Amino acid sequence: MSTFWSIWITVITLFVIAACFFLLRAVSKNYTGVEEGKSMGHSFDGIEELNNPLPKWWSYMFYISIVFALIYLALYPGLGNYKGLLGWTSSNQSIGRENGIKADSEAAIALAKVEGRWVQYDQEVMRADEKYGPIFKAYADTPLDELVNNEEALKVGGRLFLHNCSQCHGSDARGGKGFPNLTDGDWLYGGELATIKTTIMNGRHGMMPPKGGLPIEDSEIEGLAEYVVKLSGRDHDEALAAQGQGSFMKGCFACHGMDGTGNKMMGAPDLTNNMWLYGGSRGVIQETIKNGRSGVMPAWKNVLGEEKVHVITAYVYSLSNQ
Amino acid sequence: MKFNHELVEKNIGLLAILTVLAISFGGLVQIVPLLFQKDTTEPVDGLIPYTALQIEGRDIYVREGCYNCHSQMIRPLRAETERYGHYSVAGESVWDHPFQWGSKRTGPDLARVGGRYSDRWHEVHLLDPRAVVPQSNMPGYPWLAENKLDGELTRDKMQILLNFHKGGYKGNDLYTDEELAGAKAAVEGKTEMQALIAYLQSLGHALK
Repeated sequence: MSTFWSIWITVITLFVIAACFFLLRAVSKNYTGVEEGKSMGHSFDGIEELNNPLPKWWSYMFYISIVFALIYLALYPGLGNYKGLLGWTSSNQSIGRENGIKADSEAAIALAKVEGRWVQYDQEVMRADEKYGPIFKAYADTPLDELVNNEEALKVGGRLFLHNCSQCHGSDARGGKGFPNLTDGDWLYGGELATIKTTIMNGRHGMMPPKGGLPIEDSEIEGLAEYVVKLSGRDHDEALAAQGQGSFMKGCFACHGMDGTGNKMMGAPDLTNNMWLYGGSRGVIQETIKNGRSGVMPAWKNVLGEEKVHVITAYVYSLSNQ
Repeated sequence: MKFNHELVEKNIGLLAILTVLAISFGGLVQIVPLLFQKDTTEPVDGLIPYTALQIEGRDIYVREGCYNCHSQMIRPLRAETERYGHYSVAGESVWDHPFQWGSKRTGPDLARVGGRYSDRWHEVHLLDPRAVVPQSNMPGYPWLAENKLDGELTRDKMQILLNFHKGGYKGNDLYTDEELAGAKAAVEGKTEMQALIAYLQSLGHALK
């Protein structure tokens, strides 16, 4: 804040407080020439106005609030650039401005420490880190295959899951249309611990272009869907499915595999296990083929940090590996 | 000098003037200096001007009254930063007219909702929030998927923002001539749903 605005704020603030004080003094004086408590000399329907002073409790409260304001302004930052005797501030935003240090930067946090400033936010984070830091550190240092046996870690992971993951995957982790079920043991990208962690850290973008980006005619879609129904081991029309198999060989196998069991490298789903992300009815399968699908799992690396992702990974793994 | 209270009590006009004067002292100290502070008038590094589609989405956010239940203001308290991310700073709102800080959280804070969920999730959620969050009490907004934008005013909206903040984006204007010229084409035919999601996905990337 420039010196001008600092002075502006300080002068007006102190002026207003002083003005309040003098106003209160002024209106507390008896200008009427009538003794306190005596009649002002007029009466309406027998109701008289007496010369009563301001209530004592009220005027004392006023004086106390003026004193409070002055003490507060001495202790806390309120008068322009004055930092206050306690050096208190809610965050690092206001620190280091004069030296050109960027708000909330590491440098601002370091400067606050050097100056002995009481930064409310940093104090809170520090206290929490002292308490929770070692717990998460211990989890992070435990290999995932051991962590999955740690009941306590799984509980923590479950909490984190509810806060951050349940919006899409559901509080029971059974997912929904377009949002994978995490309890069924069927994985698009693989269910190994390391793979799950990669998925959470970096996110995924599952992409099936309309008709797989292949030269497939609209008239072939019905047959193709029938072939997919056959692959999943359900009752089907053999002739139609055979026709669909021909279409499948135009290129669907490139991602879904010759036998339709998918490809975890690309997140191409297994079509043979009768588990469906968007639905397995003929209608929905046709819709999927016709319009394609695009499923996004956001990356959580920057939001949650690796330590928390580590714990969530163990929890997600435990859901299908009891 | 005889202090005459009667003068103020019997002249309602004078009383009003003195009242306004008394109240304005607060604004002089609390509001006026902020209009001249770098922290409140300059964008933080990494803040990107809204695209044409995001501007339209923002107007839909305002129109539907999202701010009534959702704040966009993460306070510097650990409980909030744990859940939502880095606390909000003034430099993130300099291009918002009006800002969408809100004052009430019936739903969660949205200041950093961008990138947290997929576009598809937002779509399902806006159509029927209970389809993905069973305990939600947010209303559905199915008409957003039906209403199409015509983009008639998009260019003007961008022009106004540009004029407000001449040279405000790293020394350049917020939008280039090509961006202004392409504004209508960029939003025409898109649904309000797409615009709103584009806006939501843009929120809060400036600070981590």
